[in-house]
Amino acid sequence: MIDFLNALTLLANYIIVPGLAYGSQLALGALGVTMVYAVLRFSNFAHGELMSFGAMCTILCTWALQSFGISLTILPTALLAIPAAALITVLYCIIINYFVYEHYREKKIDTNTYFIVSIGVLFFTAGLIRLVIGPKDQNFSDGVRFILKARDFKAMTGLNEGLAIKTTQGMTVVVTLILVAFVFWFLNRTRTGKSMRAYSDNEDLALLSGINPKKVILITWIITGILATVAGALYGLDKIYKPFTFMYLVLPVFASAILGGVGNPVGAVVGGYIIAFSELIFTFAYKKFLFYILPESFSPDGLVQLLSTDYKIAVSFLILVIVLLIKPTGIFSGKTI
Amino acid sequence: MNLKFRKISLFLLMTAMLLIVGFLQSWNVALLILNMCIISAIMALGVNLQWGFAGLFNAGIMGFIIVGGLATVIISMPPVQETWSIGGMGIIWGLILTIFTIVLSTLIWRKTKNLSRFRYLPTAIIILIGYLGVRFIAGPAIDAIEGFEAAKTGYLGGFGLPILISWGVGGLLAASIAWVIGKITLDLKSDYLAIATLGISAIILYIAKNEDWLARGVKNVNSIPRPVPYEINLQNELWFQELSTSLNMPLREFSSIFVKLCYCGLFLTVLIAFLWLSQKALFSPWGRMMRAIRDNETSARAMGKNVSKRHLQVFVLGSAMIGVAGAMMTTLDGQFTPNSYTPLRFTFVIYVMVIVGGSGNNLGAILGGFLIWFFWVESEPIGLWLIDNTTSILGEESLIRAHLMESVAHMRYMTMGLILLLVLRFAPKGLIPEEKL
Amino acid sequence: MPFLIGENMIGGYGGQNILNGCTISVDKGEIAVVVGPNGAGKSTAMKAMFGMLNLSKGTVSINGENMEKLKPQQRVLKGMGFVPQNNNVFTSMTVEENLEMGAFIRHDHIQENIQQVYELFSVLKEKRFQPAGELSGGQRQQVAVGRALMTKPEVLMLDEPTAGVSPMVMDELFDKIIEIAETGVAILMVEQNARQALSIANKGFVMVQGENKYTDSGQKLLANEEVRKAFLGG
Repeated sequence: MIDFLNALTLLANYIIVPGLAYGSQLALGALGVTMVYAVLRFSNFAHGELMSFGAMCTILCTWALQSFGISLTILPTALLAIPAAALITVLYCIIINYFVYEHYREKKIDTNTYFIVSIGVLFFTAGLIRLVIGPKDQNFSDGVRFILKARDFKAMTGLNEGLAIKTTQGMTVVVTLILVAFVFWFLNRTRTGKSMRAYSDNEDLALLSGINPKKVILITWIITGILATVAGALYGLDKIYKPFTFMYLVLPVFASAILGGVGNPVGAVVGGYIIAFSELIFTFAYKKFLFYILPESFSPDGLVQLLSTDYKIAVSFLILVIVLLIKPTGIFSGKTI
Repeated sequence: MNLKFRKISLFLLMTAMLLIVGFLQSWNVALLILNMCIISAIMALGVNLQWGFAGLFNAGIMGFIIVGGLATVIISMPPVQETWSIGGMGIIWGLILTIFTIVLSTLIWRKTKNLSRFRYLPTAIIILIGYLGVRFIAGPAIDAIEGFEAAKTGYLGGFGLPILISWGVGGLLAASIAWVIGKITLDLKSDYLAIATLGISAIILYIAKNEDWLARGVKNVNSIPRPVPYEINLQNELWFQELSTSLNMPLREFSSIFVKLCYCGLFLTVLIAFLWLSQKALFSPWGRMMRAIRDNETSARAMGKNVSKRHLQVFVLGSAMIGVAGAMMTTLDGQFTPNSYTPLRFTFVIYVMVIVGGSGNNLGAILGGFLIWFFWVESEPIGLWLIDNTTSILGEESLIRAHLMESVAHMRYMTMGLILLLVLRFAPKGLIPEEKL
Repeated sequence: MPFLIGENMIGGYGGQNILNGCTISVDKGEIAVVVGPNGAGKSTAMKAMFGMLNLSKGTVSINGENMEKLKPQQRVLKGMGFVPQNNNVFTSMTVEENLEMGAFIRHDHIQENIQQVYELFSVLKEKRFQPAGELSGGQRQQVAVGRALMTKPEVLMLDEPTAGVSPMVMDELFDKIIEIAETGVAILMVEQNARQALSIANKGFVMVQGENKYTDSGQKLLANEEVRKAFLGG
């Protein structure tokens, strides 16, 4: 019985807790991608860099707050910095939309050209980030590191295995829940949110109904900017902020969006968690876990790991390929919000 | 007529810029840039096939370039006898089992059509068993290989064949990977091709970084054999010494220039061959059909054209060219360094080349390759010079000046982004626009 | 002067004229039907009256007020409602949300209007929380008409409302349209099913090549030998 509890704790510590946190970050990222896709109808390859941009703004605002001696004592100061950072990121999105995307939307350009355009934006944003904050890693988490320390957990329960919950992990999940709930409330309950869905569903009819496309697009970028900032900041807080990683983060983010059904917000969130948990389940070394649940004579020699952690990225790719082969429209058959 | 004049003057301008570098900096630098320009031009030609001819967006160019690099290591490095004897058999059996698994699972997939949705299960089981089997057989072998003198070798080495062969092999490898990706994604919306290629390029990068038994991973493979003579050997040759004195050039500098010229000759041969092929393709019925499909896929389909097949062909061909260019680049570098590959540099810059040069026009792609690579290299000295002069008012001690000087290397990303956006907006056809048929 | 009138309209797409001086009008409480062979410019005429097509000549006016410079959305505010032929509902949104979007331009008394639409189309009330995309073809048309009614239009324009629905559904839809007209709304309709449409029409326009060929009451057109031979299949 104790062994079983130990095994469970092991899973909770290495898969469930980090999976929830990472899944939340992916969900927020995928939600942003899906919003842009649903309203502007293109896959925004620059979304990873947008997340990076949001994280960078959060770091800069955190430093500014810290230099004034403001901190949240227990929680990371970054939490206070996120709103200001989101504001900057939203402004950036709006500027980019005004100078770049708007032109192509008015000309009703094809999807392929949109790719190239979003790559131009990606390049520019990546350069801007490196210019402002440099290519180096930044650690900007402060406050109490753990909600629950592994040692305390062991002392509390008397188990061999510890369960640690980082403050950033707890914060990630809570913030994501609030933000996702807000976005869904906005889309389904408010007039403006409904008009966004209408525009995404049937552009011509929306125009006929007097829905202003410029306003819809503006609000889309506002939401996308906020989502990207929060996703990027939480990802940076939870791990470490590395400007180079965001280019590849696009992959699991897109995989999440496609798995759920591109353009479907529920799908994006569900997809995010599925991708996150699959990555962890596929790359977890089950040696210790099996040691607890199997009789002693059966315990394995190797790590019992399906895939080396270096190939995390392959998991999202694999899922992507499977989705493309079996059901390209994704679980929730997306297209519109 | 106008277009012809434009082409000639643009290429003359490009030549002039290279000459200026030769006179101002050094001929070595100029040739170094020229060689990479040629390689970039080949990559751009490949991407132009995919993007310019057919409108396919391949976001995984980097992956195909790495595959080319891997090919040079596998083909040209001398085999490491010890690791072969420890783990060679394990690897070979692993490979055989991998191929067997792939063949068996495709067979099962094809034969179980009547099972509809349930056919995923047997296929998945076969793949899983195969995968675990490969891990079981090859795993210990890999550990043994990687453990053997890890600092010096720790990998199997290659076949010790002439490196020029690897250029072809690189192309073939890239083509086969492209075929698989194309089969899966080309029938779907273009977004999926983009994201799948981005994914496969990331996986290839991680393989190159982590599979030490294959090409030493991040420990790099150095001193890859050359297709051209070594400077030191040339310097000892009598005829070379005589040539050097007759040309009135210092021996060391001349040997280095001579080697670069040799590379240049090889690369130019490939470039001209590929250009000839691409031109042939563009003006053949095949190329016309390809463009017709790009411009109006629905009507092309309605006319009974096999769009998927055409797309697959052009995607594979383009990727093969990129693979060859990747092998050429590693050959020129003389080393394979997985850490140096990034999507920005090796995927998206190539798009800037094609778009700026003129997508759909082979000469345009080549010009774009030359021009963008030139600025990619020279933007740093030019940028430094600009910042140095414009910020000198701020004084030597200025923090802003120091920060700008420090980050000038990153300026090129922003510049590339700006160039791409500006060209797309104000000259979407590029410098040498596509020619009407 | 009629309530809504498009007079001597000339215009088309890309320099080629489709409308060659036709005149279409409708009064409040009246049903006017435009019929004619394929390519006669029936739908184009209606789109021109709604402002989705710029006229090179001719005027469109409601209640004597010139509409020339107004965009479709602004014409909605002047009391026009339009039901397009295709893609006329938001498929991923519920019936009720469709109606809400219909009233997007207005900010007042939406609930009241929704109830009125539900009274007219009782089946929609049952399906109010279902996505419109899951409804049958006839029910979708009801949603589409209901959506256009949400702005309380004084004139309702329908572009082939019965295209692709079964004869039974068509009769039901026509009944509803008569009901709407009886509340004092002007109804202008383009129809392929000319015979049935003319039978409920107060006024009929037979259009050929962008011009009026015959204009009369619906009954008289149905009785007209030439019209029957040429356009109603005998």
